[in-house]
Amino acid sequence: MSEQTVVVAADAYDVVVSADYFQSYSVVGLLAVVGVLFVAVAFGAGRLLRPVVPTPEKLLTYECGVDPVGEGWAHTQVRYYVYAFLYVIFAIDSIFLFPWATVFAAPGYGATTLVEMFVFLGFLAVGLLYAYKKGVLAWT
Amino acid sequence: MNDALDVTLRLLIVFVVFLTFPLLVGQTEHKVMAHMQGRLGPMYAGGFHGWAQLVADGVKFAQKEDVVPAGADRRIFQLAPAVALLPYLLVLLAIPIGPGEGAVGEVVDAGIFFVLAVMGVGVLGSLMAGWASANKFSLLGGLRTAAQLLAYELPMLLTAASVAMAAGTVSLVGILDAFEWWWLPWQIVGAIVFFVAGLAELQRPPFDMPVADSEIIFGAYTEYTGLRFALFLLAEYAGIVVLCGLTAVLFLGGWHGPWGADGLGWVWTLLKTAVLAFIVIWLRVTYPRLREDQLQKLSWTLLVPLSLAQIALTGIVKVVIQ
Repeated sequence: MSEQTVVVAADAYDVVVSADYFQSYSVVGLLAVVGVLFVAVAFGAGRLLRPVVPTPEKLLTYECGVDPVGEGWAHTQVRYYVYAFLYVIFAIDSIFLFPWATVFAAPGYGATTLVEMFVFLGFLAVGLLYAYKKGVLAWT
Repeated sequence: MNDALDVTLRLLIVFVVFLTFPLLVGQTEHKVMAHMQGRLGPMYAGGFHGWAQLVADGVKFAQKEDVVPAGADRRIFQLAPAVALLPYLLVLLAIPIGPGEGAVGEVVDAGIFFVLAVMGVGVLGSLMAGWASANKFSLLGGLRTAAQLLAYELPMLLTAASVAMAAGTVSLVGILDAFEWWWLPWQIVGAIVFFVAGLAELQRPPFDMPVADSEIIFGAYTEYTGLRFALFLLAEYAGIVVLCGLTAVLFLGGWHGPWGADGLGWVWTLLKTAVLAFIVIWLRVTYPRLREDQLQKLSWTLLVPLSLAQIALTGIVKVVIQ
């Protein structure tokens, strides 16, 4: 009997939690709608207010007043693709910190999770040190 | 029915804050910069100390012709300002300014997560603008923006995680409920790293290499005029409000004040936010622009190790006091 009650209570709890969850994010969604409306109204009003007198010269790409050379999507050297790799690795690692952060000091964890944390930080630090030694943290 | 009214009212307040606070920061920036640099600043519009300067700017922006370069990717070019601006509106909803349910737009359980994720979207607007303009300056600016995001998002995440560890929750309201004053010296390194990284993400001076007006002519915004340019500007100032509010909430105790009645929590939050916004302006006037390689170096060799050290410190202290 009491077991059933517990189950029912747990169910009710789940329902409440998920209701809150959906409520908070539906308010976020509503605000997003408000924002989109704001931008739409601003652009619409802007269209009514502003003059439209395009000339070919005006529509040229700006290049300090001289005629543009080549096209805008020019070849550029992306100098930081190694940074990009580093970032992806580190950012994904650090995302895992958040769920861990909420429980690591809970009773019964204590020293164990602290050691885990140092293992984690050690990995990141060694990775960073390796990248530094390899010279990829310098802008080439 | 009451709930609907309640939600409407909250959304309305958040929206009004979103429209007015950035302008307040902008006007403050005019005046503070003028005083710091020993110049006059806006003095004519509206009569009293040029209070209506931003209104005049707004009227000017609304009247300007909207030029989309013939070579640009038209749709993306036109949408970019909205993408840059709207994330900050959403973030404002989740920042608590006072204790209790009444003083926050909406309690989002995974507050830090939500806020950092949505703030990251704002940078996408600059990237879209930089790529879609089909302009060499814009392309350079866009690529620099990307590089800056890669470098500074990480220390921001790590230091925010440090606060989450200290409080044992990722909810912004929960963090403030758990806040105690001795956290200030404990988390001070994290606070500075978070604030600096946030500045860099907003591309504010001294981290304004991606928009360097004297070098690459406002980078991603070179081709923008009128209302769309104004929205980018608004995004920058809304970003300042959001960053300062978040720093105040995460690191400075938000609504907790050294004295004052319980009902005045929101005054403390606003005060802390205002002081931080003042510092943002102050930094702009004080420091020269960092070069692109110095920007990367600062983040990877200083801020990231510092934030890792902060996490270690937070972990040790937290486990020891248990």
